[in-house]
Amino acid sequence: MNHMDAVFREAPRRDLPPFRSGDTVRVHVRIREGDKERIQVFEGVVISRRGGGRSATFTVRKVSYGVGVERVFPVESPTVTRIEIKQRGHVRRARLYYLRELKGKKARLRTKIRDLSALIVPDEAAPGTADEAVALEEARAAAEAATDAPAESPEKP
Amino acid sequence: MAIQLLCRKLGTTQIFAENGDCIPVTVLVAGPNTVVQTKTVDKDGYTALQLSFGERKPSRTARPLAGHFRKANVAPSYHLRESRITPEEAQAHAVGQQITVDIFEKGQRVDVIGTSKGRGTAGVVKRHGFAVKRKTHGTHEAFRHGGAIGAGSYPGRVFKGMSMAGRLGNRRVTSLNLEVVEVDPERSLLFIRGAVPGHRNGVVCVRPTVRSRA
Repeated sequence: MNHMDAVFREAPRRDLPPFRSGDTVRVHVRIREGDKERIQVFEGVVISRRGGGRSATFTVRKVSYGVGVERVFPVESPTVTRIEIKQRGHVRRARLYYLRELKGKKARLRTKIRDLSALIVPDEAAPGTADEAVALEEARAAAEAATDAPAESPEKP
Repeated sequence: MAIQLLCRKLGTTQIFAENGDCIPVTVLVAGPNTVVQTKTVDKDGYTALQLSFGERKPSRTARPLAGHFRKANVAPSYHLRESRITPEEAQAHAVGQQITVDIFEKGQRVDVIGTSKGRGTAGVVKRHGFAVKRKTHGTHEAFRHGGAIGAGSYPGRVFKGMSMAGRLGNRRVTSLNLEVVEVDPERSLLFIRGAVPGHRNGVVCVRPTVRSRA
């Protein structure tokens, strides 16, 4: 057995959509403030994906109040809870560093694909946030209670 | 004293903790080791287990060595090493027994013993951390030289043990008190935080640490 492949190529996360350079994405990031946790969304264009396996990262660029902001996320990091693809950009290279030199209307990307349904990972597969998981759990418990009880469930019209 | 498990270094990568921390790890193929021989006080004057690791073709095994393996009824292996243990510990082990990665657990502290990467002949800057001379202001062809190695007529010789250039690396190194980040009994893998002596595919020994603060 080839252990090299087994450990270094494997990327445990299969829950993320197949995003690539040029895509406009919303990255949901778990952020810790003191002892509280919340989800922050970083929306921008993926300008590069690099590496493979457990150490792969991607760079998202956005322009915030006229200032270019780039963040590098590790793909495998559990702090990246979810990625939504908002738009698939039509680009002709893998690293879009040229976008750094462009601003305003010049920094836009064309898109050819309008139907993104193939790129959306169903919500069940996406790892829910802590709050979402709790909410789901509660909903399930409520549903179970409703079926157990002979009375009609209150949600029914 | 405890068993030193023979392992093969696979390489380094990173894994993420639950809270998002990125942990640098070295992956080791940890055994399984087979007990080939038990040494006893009566017979050998000390207590130890001889462990084997790594497959070896029977056709590539020297006859005397093959006989040694046959005696233990164990498949020939590439690496044989002894682990000194106490007579009490030896009670639990017999020839032919397999020792797996299970002897370690997540979070445990271990020592890793290996042979460091050989650097060949190295200068004093790389070998002993001497300072480099400045590159301008008149330095003449002596950027990485060691400088003086002793005084003149007194003592009239160079002291023993003076740091000089020479062979670097390729010697036994023990890294103490390393953390076991993960144990994968299914694939027989050990994930150790940080670096471990030696090159990839090098053989290292892992034992419970002798220097634990806990």
